[in-house]
Amino acid sequence: MMRRGTVAVLATVLLTAASFAVAAKDKVKVGFIGPLTGGTAANGIGGRNSAELAVKLRNADAKAKYEYDLTVLDDECKPNVAVQVATKLGTDRGIVASVSHYCSVAAIAAVETYHRLGLPVVVWGAVLPDITYRNKYAEVHRVNGTMINQNEEAAKLMTSLGFKRWVSIHDTTDYGKGHNQYFSEFLKAGGGEIVGTFGVTADQQDFTAELTQAKALNPQVIYFGGLTPIGIRLRSQMDKLGLNAVFQGTSGIKSDAFIEGLGPLAEGSLSFAEGAPLEKLPGGQSFKAEYDKAGYKEPPEAYGAFAFAAMKLVLDRIEEAGPDRNKVRDALNKTANYDSIVGPVTFDDHGQNTVPIISKYVAQDGKWVIWEDSEYASGKRKLAK
Amino acid sequence: MDITLFGQYVINGLMLGVMYALVAVGFTLFFGVLDVIKFSHGDLLTVGAFTAFATYLALKAMHVASPWLQLVAISLAAMTAMGVLGAAIAKYLVLPLRTAPALNTLLLTLMLGTVLREAVRLIFPDGSNPKPFPRLLPTDAYTWGAFTLRLDSLILLMAGLAMIVLVHLIINRTKLGLAIRAVAQDGETARTMGVDFTAIVLVTFAIGSAVAAFAGVMNGLYYNEINFGMGLLLGVFGFSAAVVGGLGNIYGAILGGFLFAGLQTIGAVALPFASAYKDVFALAVLIAVMAWRPTGLIAEKTSERV
Repeated sequence: MMRRGTVAVLATVLLTAASFAVAAKDKVKVGFIGPLTGGTAANGIGGRNSAELAVKLRNADAKAKYEYDLTVLDDECKPNVAVQVATKLGTDRGIVASVSHYCSVAAIAAVETYHRLGLPVVVWGAVLPDITYRNKYAEVHRVNGTMINQNEEAAKLMTSLGFKRWVSIHDTTDYGKGHNQYFSEFLKAGGGEIVGTFGVTADQQDFTAELTQAKALNPQVIYFGGLTPIGIRLRSQMDKLGLNAVFQGTSGIKSDAFIEGLGPLAEGSLSFAEGAPLEKLPGGQSFKAEYDKAGYKEPPEAYGAFAFAAMKLVLDRIEEAGPDRNKVRDALNKTANYDSIVGPVTFDDHGQNTVPIISKYVAQDGKWVIWEDSEYASGKRKLAK
Repeated sequence: MDITLFGQYVINGLMLGVMYALVAVGFTLFFGVLDVIKFSHGDLLTVGAFTAFATYLALKAMHVASPWLQLVAISLAAMTAMGVLGAAIAKYLVLPLRTAPALNTLLLTLMLGTVLREAVRLIFPDGSNPKPFPRLLPTDAYTWGAFTLRLDSLILLMAGLAMIVLVHLIINRTKLGLAIRAVAQDGETARTMGVDFTAIVLVTFAIGSAVAAFAGVMNGLYYNEINFGMGLLLGVFGFSAAVVGGLGNIYGAILGGFLFAGLQTIGAVALPFASAYKDVFALAVLIAVMAWRPTGLIAEKTSERV
């Protein structure tokens, strides 16, 4: 009897030792969700690469307590798919936290799911205020600013330039409608006038009917609340109809794809986005260097740095609090003055970062140039009209 | 309404109408000869447009600078490639399923459409993003009040109408057209009269697909932008146009195309509520028309069938 007991103890000790030798660190699973297919896939893939980079760097760090395993899912920028993939992550109890959603329509549809399944998430790109502000879900956080901040800045700049008459064209998703609503409010307060508003569907190809009507209203600026693919179509069809107005977009068109898709026609278009260009971000240089070193084919796009910062924040909190959903959630909620590559992050009681940087851009010679640095601001070039 | 503004709407609508009609003609041709609905038709248009774009890039790399030469080359390349692809789809996917329920063909082509669409996105470099289609036509603009007409739009409109007339002539004035009509009316009898059934079906698919490719190139030249999803909605609209006009009848398809474009324009312009409902309006009217005439405005001649 004694002998058998000794063997058992010895075997246990040996097995434990062996398993320690094979995997020194515990494996922890984290998730990433973004639009990897469909019209906004470029942004989704840029975000995916950036989040993956954060995980890779952490895994290469000898001081990290855990080894992280990234599960990537595609929300296709669609609400129904977003709920499906959010449920998939949420029900996998091995997943501790997730960095989720570039598209507002996807994020707003999925917040309920994260709350119900108790999965802490950090939104990395979606700008609809309701995502954090409609409910007070402890699970939902966001590192980037909202379209409220962005449109306030936009209205301020445009009215200060002396523009008076706008036509607003927006897609009829929550994203486009939200942009239209906040911009209209701030513009009215600033003394501008919106002489016409058109809602368009998110996959519309032809805008000649809307733009012909818009042209008859003789606006100085076309405000566009929507994403890059439609932005390109609108801008090029404006040209077709001889509609000479300034094209003012939102963060939705602040992508390399917008300029590549339009070529010289992009010149003088405006956009506004949270954060700042990579080289102007506190940690932008090092991020860019690491991103290039990792050899990704696709550029990080406008929100890659946010996806990276969000993932790094999540990993830091897991390191501190341990791989437990509730503990990570609470640790995330306490985030204040957290030093990230997109600047300091402080979450309010809704999990919203309260100190987002907003940058203004104008397309100049095939690049998005910070407004203040542009020849348009210096007076060397003039916006149309 | 200002007459110049009205003129602008008419031109916009006509342009859309031509594109819908060109897609609808394909649907109606396929339905005519084989009684099948080929849902990948819109995506063939996309592949056609991207073939043209790739050809353009190749020509540019070879330093062929003449825009007219480029134009002819990209149109021919797209139409030939899609003609061959269309015939191949008919031979290897549609014809083998002839004896299966029609639903199978429909499902198969629906799936094929997704395959084509995603293939364009994944295989074309950076295919997820919209691509700038080159401006190969002169862009001189003429303006009268609110009416702006660019020479390139006018040329495209004429080219589209010419293509419709050409298809009409092929179907009605040539021996090939006679054979297509014979197969459409009664495949069995046509066979006994010495018509090579399979060859005619393949040629019909090639013609329909080449016309779609033409529409794709037109679309690219008109909007100066192509994307992997462009054919999806065009396919749906073209199909609706073909159905409301009367599937199987080529004039029905043309009529349906212009009708649908007209309704969309009216929906965007004349209705008091937001223009976002223009498709809802246009499709709702089509539903009403179909309830009124279930076989379409101009029905396929089926009375001889027993």
